Amino acid sequence: MDMPVQRSFSHDGTPAVAGHADAPKVMARDVNVFYGEKHALKDVTVDIADKGVMAFIGPSGCGKSTFLRCINRMNDTIPSCRVVGRITIDGSDIYDRALDVVQLRARVGMVFQKPNPFPKSVFENVAYGPRIHGIARTKEELAEIVNVSLRRAGLFEEVKDRLHDPGTGLSGGQQQRLCIARAIAVEPEIILMDEPCSALDPIATARIEELIDELKADYTIVIVTHNMQQAARVSQRTAFFHLGSLVEEAPTEVIFNNPKDRRTQDYITGRFG
Amino acid sequence: MTDTVIAPSAPARTKRWLDTSSRAAEARVRRRYRAERRFRAYGLIALALTTAFLVVLLADILSRGLPAFWSHSVVLEVPVKVEEIDSDNKRAELAQKAEQLRAARRSWIGRLFLGPNDADRAPDPLQPIRAGDYFGLARQALYDAFPGVEGRLERRKLQGLLSTGAGDPLREQVAADVGLIGQTVRARLRLSANADLYLKGDRTPIETRLGRGVATPSGTTGEIAVLTSANDFADYLVRIKVELSLRAEALRAEADRLERRAGAAEAERVKELRADAAVLQARVDQVRGEEALDDRMPSQLVAINGGLVKIEKLSDSSISGRVILPLASAAEAQPGAWQVVTYLTPEGNRRLGDVETAFLERLKAEGRVERGFNWLFFASGDSREPELAGIRGALVGTALTLLVTLLLCLPIGVLAAIYLEEFAPKNRLTDIIEININNLAAVPSIVFGLLGLAVFLNFFGLPRSAPLVGGLVLALLVLPTIIIASRAALKAVPPSIKEAALGVGASHQQAVFHHVLPLAMPGIMTGTIIGMAHALGETAPLLMIGMVAFIVDVPGSLTDAATVLPVQVYLWSDLPEPAFKSKTAAAIIVLLAFLFIMNGLAIYVRKKFERRW
Repeated sequence: MDMPVQRSFSHDGTPAVAGHADAPKVMARDVNVFYGEKHALKDVTVDIADKGVMAFIGPSGCGKSTFLRCINRMNDTIPSCRVVGRITIDGSDIYDRALDVVQLRARVGMVFQKPNPFPKSVFENVAYGPRIHGIARTKEELAEIVNVSLRRAGLFEEVKDRLHDPGTGLSGGQQQRLCIARAIAVEPEIILMDEPCSALDPIATARIEELIDELKADYTIVIVTHNMQQAARVSQRTAFFHLGSLVEEAPTEVIFNNPKDRRTQDYITGRFG
Repeated sequence: MTDTVIAPSAPARTKRWLDTSSRAAEARVRRRYRAERRFRAYGLIALALTTAFLVVLLADILSRGLPAFWSHSVVLEVPVKVEEIDSDNKRAELAQKAEQLRAARRSWIGRLFLGPNDADRAPDPLQPIRAGDYFGLARQALYDAFPGVEGRLERRKLQGLLSTGAGDPLREQVAADVGLIGQTVRARLRLSANADLYLKGDRTPIETRLGRGVATPSGTTGEIAVLTSANDFADYLVRIKVELSLRAEALRAEADRLERRAGAAEAERVKELRADAAVLQARVDQVRGEEALDDRMPSQLVAINGGLVKIEKLSDSSISGRVILPLASAAEAQPGAWQVVTYLTPEGNRRLGDVETAFLERLKAEGRVERGFNWLFFASGDSREPELAGIRGALVGTALTLLVTLLLCLPIGVLAAIYLEEFAPKNRLTDIIEININNLAAVPSIVFGLLGLAVFLNFFGLPRSAPLVGGLVLALLVLPTIIIASRAALKAVPPSIKEAALGVGASHQQAVFHHVLPLAMPGIMTGTIIGMAHALGETAPLLMIGMVAFIVDVPGSLTDAATVLPVQVYLWSDLPEPAFKSKTAAAIIVLLAFLFIMNGLAIYVRKKFERRW
């Protein structure tokens, strides 16, 4: 716990290949996921580039959320779930036995569909991650981390007078930004967002989209969304999932203007889904 | 409902709106409202019935039990005679020792918690003083309050008014201050249960009438006659004759009935009955002369010249009877200066006879009877004497037993629930464990008692009747309840909270202990308190491990013999003395109060820990 979390990843001692401009941050090769007998994800192979936003779109039940949850191994909490294949972050396999899943989740933050702040104060919500990972050594450091995180999430000005009021008392959009602040407080490299705006009104949605736009300079962001305009607005690359398979992955404007696959075109133009 | 939207591709189907205007539709709506009103009415009726039953139950318990929280004493000047307590030469030494002891006793905490065992261990310098006959002193003081009452029988009845423990507070008083020896102490002497009940209202109605003639008593003590110049007793004589004729009538009716039903077989008995009836009838028909009273008739007494005479025989203008309270003189009493007193309930139907009633009424009239809060009820253990029996032993036993139960149940139950709910692999083994926990919650409690008897007493050899064993048995009983309630509370915490914690890199255990458990705590508390309340009311398993014994001492430790409140209620409810009926209800009140306090605590704790999300 003494070492800064984000550096302690490469378990075999070889320096990770992060930083190389062309090397993808996340590489998935032939990932299959089974929920019991159900084959939920079939042979997904995709690269996610460092820094920037990647959007996953597709009809409900197509496996995009399942794949997202593979990247920080959130699927481990489901007893019947089985993951086959290889996913690497900076070149090291995240399903390796020697890898500590808790460390992985500190590197790969997650924002959920429904805002889920802890039933504690705003400050405690953000401070929880740094505290359990021992990132801050003193109270002042911790307060600094909380302030910076809230500022980066664009929430500081709104809550600076009520840091010690319950986080559950904020509005829905504020709660979701609080969750983003909580995620970035532990300095992750990747932030996974599972339909972060589906429970919010359009104005709150716009705020979150702005925020994503600001954060993409520093973080690799993967976002699952049902809103195709949103995907078009915030992402540089888009992947289309259908029936558990990755159909097509390309720069966003290519997907929306000139998709190769017939199914992609049908989905984008609203023929099904 | 299904066809409100019609597809253009199905022109064959006619357009159908939901039917709202036809008679059938109106009837349907009315039926729906009726059904709802009916349902509400059922609910209200059920609620009213439960409330009524609850009110009746509580009113009954309170009306029976509350009097037991008060007791009556007689306040007398008691001379503490040296010869009854101790020889003179020891006093100085004892006074010095008493001073030291008082210093030790001054700390009330020690007094409350050390218990009687502690006093046994230390050599008591006041032993000779404690050994004195304080009841004798109290009795003598009561005799002195009734000068002239000297017969053995009367004195025995007088003594019967005092509780056998009447001298105990006096003993404490003198032991605490030896300087009182040789002086006269104003002491409150506890009355016996029957006298106490009499003063609490379980008594005969009393009627008095002023005498109209000049009354002349023939003596002041013993058997005397009183003559009056008017027909003062004629009414009473008539009343007696009416009573006698009713009895004769009843005997004749009984004889007729027997004759009709049994005929010759009961001829002998019929003859006897008729003879008895004839004797009674003869007494009724007799025009003048005396008539005797018996204990199936209201008692008549004459209060004259400061004394009281119980009438045994009376005629129109004279009575003869036995003096209960001696007369001041045998002088004539003028009209209005003497009276006839009637105890309307026949003596045979009363617990307190005429003599005791007269003594008590005299004490009351002199203002010597005092009513006070019955502290002894909370300060003493069980006793065979109702007026001395207290609840302290059962209360302390209950507290100790529940303490053991809580200390065992809460950590084991909550940790088991956390493991089963959050960490255990879901497989056949955990399924079996889960089913068995649910089954255990439904096992009759006496089975746990048998288990405790077999395991804790016979195998491990733990002491009988001990709060430790009671607590262990109740812990077994309550554990399934707590586990089930705790699991439900853990399951009710939204999974998003756990996911959020996992998402920022908390380990599974951190997520559970930092986030899930605090949110589940109010539910766990509720479950635990329900379990403890269940344990508080449990009697059957404790009977099996011997907590049903008659235990006088207040338990001082977990291994002392003890009993608990519900068992005490059970024990007292079984006793024949009427005073114990009231004690039983009082013990129930204490049990309910205990329960209310526990529930209040639960609500407080829950409100304190409750967090909304």
